[in-house]
Amino acid sequence: MAQSNSDIKYLTPIAVDTKKKKYCRFKKNGIKYIDYKDENFLMKFINEQGKLLPRRITGTSTKYQKKVSQAVKRARHLALLPYVADLLK
Amino acid sequence: MNQYETVFILTPVLSEEQMKEAVKKYEDFLTKNGAEIVHRENWGLRKLAYPIQKKSTGFYHLLEYKAEGTIVAPLEVQFKRDERVMRFLTVRLDKHAVAYNEKKRRKAKESKEAKA
Repeated sequence: MAQSNSDIKYLTPIAVDTKKKKYCRFKKNGIKYIDYKDENFLMKFINEQGKLLPRRITGTSTKYQKKVSQAVKRARHLALLPYVADLLK
Repeated sequence: MNQYETVFILTPVLSEEQMKEAVKKYEDFLTKNGAEIVHRENWGLRKLAYPIQKKSTGFYHLLEYKAEGTIVAPLEVQFKRDERVMRFLTVRLDKHAVAYNEKKRRKAKESKEAKA
């Protein structure tokens, strides 16, 4: 006999793939200037090898991604961030 | 008149006095050439993220000043000729950057006063 689907009950609601909408944190929080001297903040935008994270992961808008990349490059020049690293985080 | 910000790294082999003298040299150079120093900062001896000239630490200094754009090139020539300077970076601050720096300074001042 065919059982209808509604008979199956879960104790915990099954994890449906609910995609969280990404947003640009600079636009949302009204940040206009990205400081290249604040290396702890810039750490959020690089991976453990010290490479810049792509926009599709951080959700940053094009406008601010450009500024992030400029800031990271300045920080690297001043030896606040490494050019190459391993296990940075 | 633009507002500029220069960060430079001095070698860690200098003594306290030599370091102060080097910083003073650049401050004097700026004021002599018609710049108005807005802010100066000494970050002290910091670890570098990677070795520069086989040294792993350096004295970081920051100068913020209002000046004409023509001052930057001669200043950077001075930096290049100076063996005590390992790295330097000059950036022009846009209006958002100026606002950000002022806010940061105000906050630092307030927290200092709160402590005192």
